[in-house]
Amino acid sequence: MSAPNKQFDPVEVTPLHPDEVARMRDEALGAIAQAGDLEELKQVRLAHLGDRSPLALANKEIGALPPQARKDAGQRVGAARRDVTAVLEERQQVLEAERDERVLVEETVDVTLPWDRRPRGARHPLTTIQERVGDVFVAMGWEIAEGPEAEAEWLNFDALNIGPDHPARTMQDTFFVESEDSGVVLRTHTSPVQARTMLSRKPPIYVICPGRTFRTDELDATHTPVFSQVEGLAVDEGLTMANLKGALDHFASAMFGDGITTRLRPSYFPFTEPSAEMDLQCFVCRGDSVGNPDRPCRTCSSEGWIEWGGCGMVNPRVLVACGVDPDRYTGFAFGMGLERTLMFRHGIEDMHDMVEGDIRFAAAFGMEI
Amino acid sequence: MRVPLSWLRDYVHLPAEIPSRDVATRLIRAGLEVETVHEAGSDVTGPVVIGRVLEFSEETHKNGKTVRWCSVDVGPEHNVDRSSESTVGAASRGVVCGARNFEAGDLVVVCLPGAVLPGGFAITARKTYGHVSDGMICSARELGLGEDHSGIMVLGPDEGEPGDDAIQVLHLRDDVLDIAVTPDRGYCLSVRGVAREVATAYGLEFRDPGAADPAMPAGEPGYPVEVADAERCPVFAARTVTGFDPAAPSPRWLQRRVQLAGMRPISLAVDVTNYVMLELGQPIHGYDRDLLRGPVVVRRAEEGEKLTTLDGVVRTLDADDLLITDESGPIGLAGVMGGGTTELGAGTTSVVIEAANFEAAGIARTARRHKLPSEASKRFERGVDPALPVVAATRVAQLLAELGGATVEPGVTITGGGAVPASLEISAGLPTKIVGVEYTSEEVVRSLETVGAAVAKDASGILTVTPPSWRPDLTDPHDLVEEVARLRGYDSIPSVLPVAPPGHGVTFGQRLRRRVERAVAAAGFVEAPSYPFVGESDFDALGFPADDARRRALRLANPISDEQPLLRTTLLPGLLATVRRNVGRGATDVAVFESGLVFRQDDAPLPQPPRLPVHRRPSDNELAALEAALPHQPRRIAVALCGDLEPAGWWGPSRPATWADAVDAARLVAEAAGAEVRVEADQHTPWHPGRCAALYVGQTLVGHAGELHPRVLSTLGLPARTSAMELELDRFPATDEPVRAPSVSTFPVATQDVALVVDQAVPAASVQEALVEGAGELLESVRLFDVYSGAQVGEGRKSLAYALRFRAPDRTLTVEETTAARDAAVAVAAERTGAALRS
Repeated sequence: MSAPNKQFDPVEVTPLHPDEVARMRDEALGAIAQAGDLEELKQVRLAHLGDRSPLALANKEIGALPPQARKDAGQRVGAARRDVTAVLEERQQVLEAERDERVLVEETVDVTLPWDRRPRGARHPLTTIQERVGDVFVAMGWEIAEGPEAEAEWLNFDALNIGPDHPARTMQDTFFVESEDSGVVLRTHTSPVQARTMLSRKPPIYVICPGRTFRTDELDATHTPVFSQVEGLAVDEGLTMANLKGALDHFASAMFGDGITTRLRPSYFPFTEPSAEMDLQCFVCRGDSVGNPDRPCRTCSSEGWIEWGGCGMVNPRVLVACGVDPDRYTGFAFGMGLERTLMFRHGIEDMHDMVEGDIRFAAAFGMEI
Repeated sequence: MRVPLSWLRDYVHLPAEIPSRDVATRLIRAGLEVETVHEAGSDVTGPVVIGRVLEFSEETHKNGKTVRWCSVDVGPEHNVDRSSESTVGAASRGVVCGARNFEAGDLVVVCLPGAVLPGGFAITARKTYGHVSDGMICSARELGLGEDHSGIMVLGPDEGEPGDDAIQVLHLRDDVLDIAVTPDRGYCLSVRGVAREVATAYGLEFRDPGAADPAMPAGEPGYPVEVADAERCPVFAARTVTGFDPAAPSPRWLQRRVQLAGMRPISLAVDVTNYVMLELGQPIHGYDRDLLRGPVVVRRAEEGEKLTTLDGVVRTLDADDLLITDESGPIGLAGVMGGGTTELGAGTTSVVIEAANFEAAGIARTARRHKLPSEASKRFERGVDPALPVVAATRVAQLLAELGGATVEPGVTITGGGAVPASLEISAGLPTKIVGVEYTSEEVVRSLETVGAAVAKDASGILTVTPPSWRPDLTDPHDLVEEVARLRGYDSIPSVLPVAPPGHGVTFGQRLRRRVERAVAAAGFVEAPSYPFVGESDFDALGFPADDARRRALRLANPISDEQPLLRTTLLPGLLATVRRNVGRGATDVAVFESGLVFRQDDAPLPQPPRLPVHRRPSDNELAALEAALPHQPRRIAVALCGDLEPAGWWGPSRPATWADAVDAARLVAEAAGAEVRVEADQHTPWHPGRCAALYVGQTLVGHAGELHPRVLSTLGLPARTSAMELELDRFPATDEPVRAPSVSTFPVATQDVALVVDQAVPAASVQEALVEGAGELLESVRLFDVYSGAQVGEGRKSLAYALRFRAPDRTLTVEETTAARDAAVAVAAERTGAALRS
């Protein structure tokens, strides 16, 4: 801030002379142009616009002038300082831009360097396929039902019309908990969940039941004593085998691609009547490999169809045991093995890979399938 | 059931041009699971001919082997003059044969050069033992006719002439359907049943070999039989033949059919009983009448009674077993297997032929009890046509007469019989209602009649259906629906998507599990489900004390492995075995997890569940009692990790997996579950006593985490510092309360750092808890950013450095306010934990 200059004779002050002001300005502009980087420019700013710069000092002299001369000199010095400031700012921007560009170049890295610093986890396909199947049916309004793995023999067998003398109820097939007559088994299928559902709620019932199941098979390339199934159950008024077929066809296309269908063949299960084996249309060759030795299909062994599961209309005896009125309601049920489904869907060749917990196996499947 | 097509043709006039594959396809469509079509004998190609050994010389060679150099007449077409190699006028071929079970003049089977035997074995003329062997004399095995390789096949003198095509003489070629018969279709365990299905499938006439012969002699009793248990043995028929020639061979066709059907030809008498069983489905047993002592009695066994069955095994009998006995005691396990004392043998000339009907469930129990599934028990378990016994016994008698020179005694023993299958009523509209395909009542009636039922229709459309005697499975209206549906074909069923009422999506518990498992996997753990089977040795390896609750495991009555007969009470044994397997396969850094059920029981054994009815819904109390008999099966999640969590790389050194990562996994799970986990130091096997955290949600202990005990690691062969976490998801509060949104203050934050010095033993969690409480509502967050122990803070002490962030919802805090809050926090920490501000 400049104060009135009282000590000096105000008549003649050299620094305010127009030529002198122009010189100071030109000198400043020259210095700005000379500044090669931001540091030099900073020095230029101090030297030519700072408190002790010639223009600043000249400005301080203005107060000493007589009033009529002040205005004139003030305008002169002010214009010079504005010019210098503007040019300096302009130069500042140029130099900053140059610096920024240089820094970006200097900061260049090799973006192809691997960043495998955080190993990825994964979920097991047996888990994710259960979710996937569940989601297909949930989208149709069905619900996912679950039950215990150590199960009452009555729910695993009797309620499903598998009588006490049925061959499946032997130590050759079924794991008995504690003793053969304890009444508790490791469930041999997910069907007891169906019985539990019918016992605990009223129709209409539309449930899908994925889960772990157990049979006394030794582990080999295609068998495992601990395996997974998914079963579906619908109980409602007026359901027919045509509805069963409709649900299966939708399921097949949702899991294996648009237009993939299923085929039913008569079969036998105690808990359904009529019963059927269900085949899935080959989703790889769609039947093109049948009778076409030039284009064999490994997925379906050139059969065009893949055995997928069993199904049928719920046996009225099962409805009765589970408290559903068979005169009013009909139901259908279906089930399939998930290991087998994974094997043909993903080309898994050996059951050992599915059960041994090798991290390389599950890692290949990621978080969903 | 294996069915040669030639046998089917005896009862259905199947046009020759229909390929057997087509027959298989039709049967599959009708509900018979044809697994394969075996083209028997197709791997043998000619010339394979009958030859007569004219003469031979025996030569013993330097290698000690004796061979026969034979002149074999293989018919004028094939004989070769050995000197001129001309077939003109030659009388034989020269063949070297290693076997010695034949004489000059015997008929044998000769493969001539150009023939191919099973396994692609091509026959050529070759020089051997100093001769050119111009063909090969075959054993049964070499021709694919069974396992007999003890010598070459010697044919009967009337089986053919030299030069005859042996492929035809031996009935080598036949197509065999291999059918997996479902339990409801016992009648298809016979040529009779399958032929009926074939006839139906093609709309052809069926000639029933099981139809009763109207000329059957009646009235005169045969061998005396008493049935003491008519419920278990509703029908028993017997016929007797005498003057049987035990040396008479089974004709080639009969042997071949029995063999193609999967049984081993033994002797004419045995082969005939098997043949008739295969043809009709009626199991037959033959007794040497001269070895029977007094009348045959069918009765239940006395507990502990003994019987030596045909397989030479001494069986200790159960009071539930049904026996065939005579005055000497048990002579057969009814419907399962005969005994040794009355077995048909080389001296048998009189045979009592038993054809009986036994109750299915009883036979199933006996076969299972004695682990003795037989061709007979397999059929009885599925139900045998009760109208068959007399027909079958008579058929056996006639064959023994025809082929073995026996005389059929006129007497016929028959007890029981005459039971008619129960009729049932079915609405003619039921098939349409169940299947969703329009069937006229005419079609329904016609279909049921086709399967052999008698159908009467009343004015209201109700059908009274009497199933045929061979279909004991047709007991319910739905069984009849299936018959109607399968005769039309399941491929006529349309596809109609059912419309479910709107659902509620996945449940809270299901979503929770998905969230938790995804979170753990996203943190770098790989899911590895393991079997739930463990053994005592697993608990020992984990160092569980004798009274550890986790040792109270349920035991399987029939484990896969005797080493692992128990059901897991913790996920750790399986998960740690997974780690070890991966390390064994070369992995150095392993992070795995499993989510699954464990099986727990209290001190008291589980109560016996009630035997509930199936003809009605059990009451809620009954169901509750059933539920109470099941073990507690909570869901747990566990992780295990070893090696590096992050590998070394161009970014710098590795970060080893530690106890803290195991504890963090618990926090991760809790966070995903919307809960907050509290950590306390604990000592709990199998964890390192100084590196074990107990995990709490609220006041509930939910699990443990930390580094595993070094001794456990060395016992299990796991890498040092392997860490693990296990917690029980079911112990988390199951609330689906919506999260309350925080109010986000936009006023500036004020930060204060404090370093507090405490005893080494003071848990950081306690210090932090005290700070939080002391700081009051202005505290936004607190974070431990450094832990230091060393000379500067004194022996046995450590310094914990915390960053405190303060913020108010409604104003900018003054320095005085934040300082006061910090001081209050430090004061509470000092009071609770003896913390002192580090100077």
